[in-house]
Amino acid sequence: MLLIDCPWCGPRSEREFRCGGESHIVRPETPDAVDDAAWADYLFYRHNTKGVSFERWLHRFGCGRWFNVARATTDHRLAAVYGMTDPRPELEDGR
Amino acid sequence: MNRYSAWSLFRAGLERQRNWQPAWRDAEPKKAYDAIVIGGGGHGLATAYYLAKVHGIRNVALLERGWIGGGNTGRNTTVIRSNYFFPESTRFYDHALTLYEGLSRELNYNIMFSRRGMWTLAHDRHGLEVLRRSVNAMLRNGAEVELVGGEEVLRRIPGLCPTRFPVLAGLLQPRGGTARHDAVAWGYARAADGLGVDIIQNCEVLGFDIRGGAIRGVRTSRGDIASDRVGMAVAGHSSAMAKLAGFRLPIVSYALQAFVSEPMKPVLDTVVLAPATGVYVSQSDKGELVLGGALDLFPSYAQRGSLPALEQVAGGLIDMFPQFSRVRLLRQWAGIVDVVQDSTPILGQSPIDGLYLNCGWGTGGFKAIPAGGHCLAHVMATGKTHPLAAAFTLDRFRTGALIDEAAASGIAH
Repeated sequence: MLLIDCPWCGPRSEREFRCGGESHIVRPETPDAVDDAAWADYLFYRHNTKGVSFERWLHRFGCGRWFNVARATTDHRLAAVYGMTDPRPELEDGR
Repeated sequence: MNRYSAWSLFRAGLERQRNWQPAWRDAEPKKAYDAIVIGGGGHGLATAYYLAKVHGIRNVALLERGWIGGGNTGRNTTVIRSNYFFPESTRFYDHALTLYEGLSRELNYNIMFSRRGMWTLAHDRHGLEVLRRSVNAMLRNGAEVELVGGEEVLRRIPGLCPTRFPVLAGLLQPRGGTARHDAVAWGYARAADGLGVDIIQNCEVLGFDIRGGAIRGVRTSRGDIASDRVGMAVAGHSSAMAKLAGFRLPIVSYALQAFVSEPMKPVLDTVVLAPATGVYVSQSDKGELVLGGALDLFPSYAQRGSLPALEQVAGGLIDMFPQFSRVRLLRQWAGIVDVVQDSTPILGQSPIDGLYLNCGWGTGGFKAIPAGGHCLAHVMATGKTHPLAAAFTLDRFRTGALIDEAAASGIAH
């Protein structure tokens, strides 16, 4: 069971949260101008890191707010919790 | 390879069981092969077998980081079915089912395929509509299926006594069933070995030798091995393997849990899936209830699950079969599954020449093993995608020609 430190509510059980997948994915500025490969990359392709992964979480049954988490996908250890618009922290991310 | 038969068993008895041979050799890696298969699960082993059997390519190495059948092949719930929606999927999974039906004989190894039927229940009007649509699609695609009314379902599934979600109807795929998962891996391994394939365990792939956009070999923990044809069938680790080759995949890896109860006398002679709870259950020949449910919905490479999924599965089982409430769970485990957006596999060319993919099975790789191996061997041997896998290209994510089983057949992830 994960204990996730919501920036607003403090540590809460995993079952209150929902994982929203990889974070820091940027939508192409000009969708009309990019080719299909770049658009597919944006829509479907993921780092799917074995190691520290940067992902969005929602405190669904709590404050209802989104935030970012850096979590090791091999042992679920949370390396960092940070704001939705904050830059990606400098960590060994295995990418 | 010694053939197994009633006579060989009898003779071994006369010899006091002292002369059994290992089912496959513990091969040392050679410097070069005609083809390399990465991943000693069902798909990889089947690929190696069909390369040798169908295409006559016998100078093949199968590389496995741990031991064969120790990944998802040893971590699933052994259900075999083909209840999909689109013709591409039904054709493919029906082919797998057909190969499964003859597999014990073909491999001379009892995989204990038990065609006990697989039920999907409907609990409400909407569920019933989805079931009807599913039955129509399957019939149209040529898969055998029947829709059975609620009372008849309760009569035909022993002990089914739902407390919270009523059963309005059930979809029965009579050709579905279960097989002994280890036996599938071991049977393919033994048959492949008998045809000359080197099965190399404890051999981790650490990198690829790629020159001019084409594969030239792999770097492993047991030395470099050259080959200009490499297939990878590594399920949840596909992204990590692709990273070594310098490309990305549209895959996210999740942990899927399964559970086994203590063994009991036979009580359940079929496979039952209740969509309301996402829980499915069957009873193994040993007497254990084998049950599973939904994914742990966050990316994971840890081969263990989280508690909420366990609670949901246990609760769902007791809703269907209240009499199992005092049955104790014996074991729990998780496999790392490779989920793609449309829940349809990726089978064929990768962005690197000579490197071929077999991944994207999501939560349903076991039932596809014979067809996945058959089609990967075909593309590795001929350079052309097998007609059954023609739609399962990696390029579909660029062109948009997704085969969206995730939505169409209600796969719960």
